[in-house]
Amino acid sequence: MANSVRNSLSTGRLLVYGTLLLACIAYLIPVFIMLVTSFKTTGDIRTGNLMSLPETWTLDAWAKAWSSACTGVECNGVHGFFWNSLKMAVPAVMISTFLGAINGYVFSKWRFRGSDIFFSLLLFGCFLPFQVILLPMAGVLGKLGLANTTPGLVLVHVVYGIAFTTLFFRNFYVAVPDALIKAARLDGAGFVTIFVKILLPMSVPTFMVCFIWQFTQIWNDFLFGVVFASGDSQPITVGLNNLVNTSTGVKEYNVDMAAAMIAALPTLVVYVLAGKYFIRGLTSGAVKG
Amino acid sequence: MAHIGAASEATPQRPRVRLTQHLQHWLPKLALAPTAVMALVGIYGFMIWTGVLSLTGSTFLPSYEFVGFEQYAKLFANDRWVTACTNLVIFGVLFIVSCLAIGCFLAILLDQRIRNEGVIRTIYLYPMALSMIVTGAVWQWILNPSLGLEKLMHDWGWTSFKFDWLTDPDMVIYTIVIAAVWQASGFVMALFLAGLRGIDGSIINAARVDGASLPRIYLRIVLPAMRPVFFSSVMVLAHIAIKSFDLVTAMTAGGPGYSSDLPALFMYAFTFTRGQMGLGAASAMMMLAMLLAILVPYLYSELRGQRNG
Repeated sequence: MANSVRNSLSTGRLLVYGTLLLACIAYLIPVFIMLVTSFKTTGDIRTGNLMSLPETWTLDAWAKAWSSACTGVECNGVHGFFWNSLKMAVPAVMISTFLGAINGYVFSKWRFRGSDIFFSLLLFGCFLPFQVILLPMAGVLGKLGLANTTPGLVLVHVVYGIAFTTLFFRNFYVAVPDALIKAARLDGAGFVTIFVKILLPMSVPTFMVCFIWQFTQIWNDFLFGVVFASGDSQPITVGLNNLVNTSTGVKEYNVDMAAAMIAALPTLVVYVLAGKYFIRGLTSGAVKG
Repeated sequence: MAHIGAASEATPQRPRVRLTQHLQHWLPKLALAPTAVMALVGIYGFMIWTGVLSLTGSTFLPSYEFVGFEQYAKLFANDRWVTACTNLVIFGVLFIVSCLAIGCFLAILLDQRIRNEGVIRTIYLYPMALSMIVTGAVWQWILNPSLGLEKLMHDWGWTSFKFDWLTDPDMVIYTIVIAAVWQASGFVMALFLAGLRGIDGSIINAARVDGASLPRIYLRIVLPAMRPVFFSSVMVLAHIAIKSFDLVTAMTAGGPGYSSDLPALFMYAFTFTRGQMGLGAASAMMMLAMLLAILVPYLYSELRGQRNG
């Protein structure tokens, strides 16, 4: 105790807190700049600088970003892209999480000859550089009539999300004692009953990890969106990129930053509300993936 | 649960029991079937398919006229590919080293029984929740040569300040490093912090009693124990670097010219906008090879470690 009291007063301690605080500022500055810029008028941007506060706070840039900014040839803002992302992310997250739960259950509690090899083969999906599957996938989506559609994107995200969701659930279910399953089987409970009655009720935290991991991954994806979607199915990341890198007219950084905030808000809200699960997802994804 | 067993015994219809038994036997495999199809086709089938395409003369449409390794020869003779690979080495090394240094340093500081640790950790990690496109858009604005950081410094009285890396072909790749490190270093911090928390405190206390200074304890005892964290961080960061596409697209679109190009951008450009499918497929296969070059030794050491442990 005496030791810690002395520590808390020492210059070393002050240095530690000072450095941590400086780092906090460094990590926060970009989001501060993004916010402040999004409330400025174009005139304000010319006269002020990155760190100066708006002369007059206005939501004009947000309104323009949402409904009338130009993203290439069209000038409807990013709201369409935003809804596309939502329409894509919700089903993709649900389906990939559901499949991951079942897979994890089989890989941990109903192992059969070859299931471990199958699991390792599936895990490679966590590492796969997607460039190597883009071309055939584009062809297959075309054949299925899903090219440039939201269901097509959902399918792609499910296919390449399963590796992660399976990993999460498998690692969680492995820790559940096998004796529990054996006892239930002796009592006559089958494959489905054991899953629904015993494992599902205890999997809520894993479902959270999976939902959050998959939601941030799918919401933030750009590569699949830009390759497999067209105008009316493109996700918000593509919309934002089109807006920011559009070459027509004068560059309006306030509108760019408002659009960036719109694209970032859903995952930021999830992060603030469920940060604990987000970190768990990141770290457990990193151990093997 | 006992009543379920009793109920099934009470129905003595033999064939039905055998049918349900069969079903029970096949149900687990049946449940994996959709995943098996998706993984076999979506991962391995497509990988081989791209490999095959890389050996053909495909341009706008896939053709199956084989040309051997001609596309690979063309790839390595292509200036833009060489630039992309050189950039990947510069970007990858600086990105990995900076993230490790910053992440490890912050984790050690945060490990000193800090008040409000949770809040600080949340701040360090939030960039990881953002899309790379958002990160790219923000840093493009901050590093804008005439309005961004440069103007800020001028306004603050440092009138000779000049920072135009974003438009300087020789320096532009370093701006990508800055944004990427901002995004991912907090994540490395989280990994290291988790590792530090796993270290037995009594060892540190014993060393303290022996009179070892804190920096010495970290250097000699704690950091060597963090080797597994170190290796998985390198693995994940290298993986991010090889796949980097969004960030560069949003920040520089590979420009000026193709000076900030990376293999992932090259692949996209040649396959989908320039109609050189065979060459694009070859570049994709090279990206796969790069990934395997880091993945295989990592998995090998992981598995060997498990056997020894």
